[in-house]
Amino acid sequence: MRQVAIYGKGGIGKSTTTQNTVAALSEMGKKVMVVGCDPKADSTRLLLHGLNQKTVLDTIRDEGEDIELDDIMRSGYGNTKCVESGGPEPGVGCAGRGIITSINMLENLGAYDDDLDYVFYDVLGDVVCGGFAMPIREGKAKEIYIVASGEMMAMYAANNICKGIRKYANQGGVRLGGIICNSRKVDNEEELLKAFCKKLGTQLVYFVPRDNIVQRAEINKKTVIDYDPQAPQADVYRALAKRIDENDMFVVPNPMPTDELEKLLIEYGLMD
Amino acid sequence: MEKIAKGESKMECNNTERKYLTVNPLKTCQPLGAVWACLGIHQCMPHSHGSQGCTSYLRMQLTRHFREFIPTTTSSFSEAQVVFGGVGNLKQAIRNILSIYKPKVIGISTTCSAETIGDDVPGTINEMRASGEIPEDVKVFTASTPSYVGSHVTGFSNMVKSAVETFAKKSSPNGKINIIPGLLSPGDLREIKRILKIMGIDAIILPDISDVLDAPMTGEIHLYQKGGTTISEIEDMGNSIATIVLGREAGIAPAESLNEMYNVPYEVLPLPIGISNVDKFIMKLSEITGKPIPYELEEERGRLVDMMLDAHAHWYNKKAAVFGDPDIVEAIVGYANDLGINVLYALTGTYSSEWEKTVKSMVPDAYVSSDNDLWYLKEQLDKKPVDMLFGNSHGKYLAKEYDLPLLRVGFPILDRANLQHFPIVGYKGTAWLVERTGNTLLDYKDAKSPEHLLELIM
Repeated sequence: MRQVAIYGKGGIGKSTTTQNTVAALSEMGKKVMVVGCDPKADSTRLLLHGLNQKTVLDTIRDEGEDIELDDIMRSGYGNTKCVESGGPEPGVGCAGRGIITSINMLENLGAYDDDLDYVFYDVLGDVVCGGFAMPIREGKAKEIYIVASGEMMAMYAANNICKGIRKYANQGGVRLGGIICNSRKVDNEEELLKAFCKKLGTQLVYFVPRDNIVQRAEINKKTVIDYDPQAPQADVYRALAKRIDENDMFVVPNPMPTDELEKLLIEYGLMD
Repeated sequence: MEKIAKGESKMECNNTERKYLTVNPLKTCQPLGAVWACLGIHQCMPHSHGSQGCTSYLRMQLTRHFREFIPTTTSSFSEAQVVFGGVGNLKQAIRNILSIYKPKVIGISTTCSAETIGDDVPGTINEMRASGEIPEDVKVFTASTPSYVGSHVTGFSNMVKSAVETFAKKSSPNGKINIIPGLLSPGDLREIKRILKIMGIDAIILPDISDVLDAPMTGEIHLYQKGGTTISEIEDMGNSIATIVLGREAGIAPAESLNEMYNVPYEVLPLPIGISNVDKFIMKLSEITGKPIPYELEEERGRLVDMMLDAHAHWYNKKAAVFGDPDIVEAIVGYANDLGINVLYALTGTYSSEWEKTVKSMVPDAYVSSDNDLWYLKEQLDKKPVDMLFGNSHGKYLAKEYDLPLLRVGFPILDRANLQHFPIVGYKGTAWLVERTGNTLLDYKDAKSPEHLLELIM
């Protein structure tokens, strides 16, 4: 079983990219579980065709800790197993603790079935506290992919996440599998990200071009492969899934100081 | 076994560099002090916003010390409250407290988990107040008391400060003085009130745990006792002539608040333990109120001086270590100076550079530290021994290991009953402490003497 955590700046398209990739993996015959680690609980919407999943934490709150796996796990597109950790409403409580609680609960309930080929953790925004690092602690997810774009803040966040990975890499076995570019059509985006990856000591796993079919599929609560299997973008996700499946480059990243990162941005941003 | 432990200590553990490790701490956590303060307010239910364990611990510790029933409620967090926020439990707790325990006041302190997740306790109370869920005649005050900041002394200070800031008002001068007595025992408070009565001074003492934690056995069970500072007294504190803070660390913050809010001047004094410290207290009372010092107190002082003279040979030039809460350590250091006992170590676990400066000025040759523990003292005793210890029950292991008499003062005292009924403040209280000091040393001497050297006349 490969456990994979997806990190990246808020709004960069982690959930969309994860679910489309998972759909492609399942099409390849892989057994996949997706664990949404975001209080918004929208990490499995496209696989489940809507937000129709009761979260682990809501279930614990309503029914106590004596719950069954079936209460919190739903079957989605291509028999993917879908779990949403959930969390408190904005502004109260502790979402980080929520992720710890919910992953512990999944372990206790035996959600990590040996038959699984993949577990994907889709984690909210930056790694803001220890709770959001739960998926990469204690030997859970061993590989991480960061979704980024050529926008400065996305790269800044990716660099910052690498600092967290570095910390846990020293304590456990977690490694960076690479950066996935979810294109925002920034100038020289691919070159910029390749240079960025080189500095970090990792690879650009795949460059996902921008295509409005992704948004159309989302409106229909579906992944692209589910919505229009023949679309060129469906092949993009298939290719990304294949790259991840065949990936054998796992590194401890070397995050760069902020001034170095800014220099890189200026260098590529001013090329024209 | 003991020899090996000591040998190790001598060879390896002396002056161990420790940055992150505390062994046998000289403090406990903020909520304990907060609950202590609430217990000194009339018909106040102390509520701890956090998990049950926080409340269980502090109730148990206070019960062991006072040997009295300590009513305290809890928001009873489980995992779900830590994730989703504990405000729902707080509201339910307040409803339950109002309907079951019917207090006049609820004093809410927080805990580590509640503080870390950022529960808005004052906001919740305002909301319940606005919606009418908390009736007008029930007063509520709240303080933020995470354990990872300060100590129980900080928690006490924060809670008393909140009481003053929440309730004190200004109307017309009342001719009274305010006294913030810190973490004194019921016996001490009783003695302070006796002194005030002799001097004819009207005072508001906040908090006042006498008649709460030393309530008589009547055969009847009451959730609330007759003692404790009333809300109308706290309201009146803004009208007083001045505030006397007995013990800077526990009491200066509320006095500063009264000063900022209503220009009530304040004086910071050491706890009135030992003849010099009591003199300061009595003279300050007289100075502030213009009342003469009654002859009755002079007689008490004279008797104390007589007792000190009669027994001085037993303690003169003895070396001592003093440890515990900062205010009591400072006062005991003053007491030791009066008696001619040389303090080599003055240690507390509540950090304060001001305290260190003050105590250092009293005993310039002593090791004075406000961020310390009993392990440090143990290491030092190997190199530079003392003749006696002044401190709380935690010192009994050192007393045993180094074969020293331990004079129990301060908090917690878990292994001797009834001490909190007897004052060590004022001339009379000091006299009793003098009796204990001398006779503890004599008991020790007798116990150590071989039969043929046992003295009848000492």
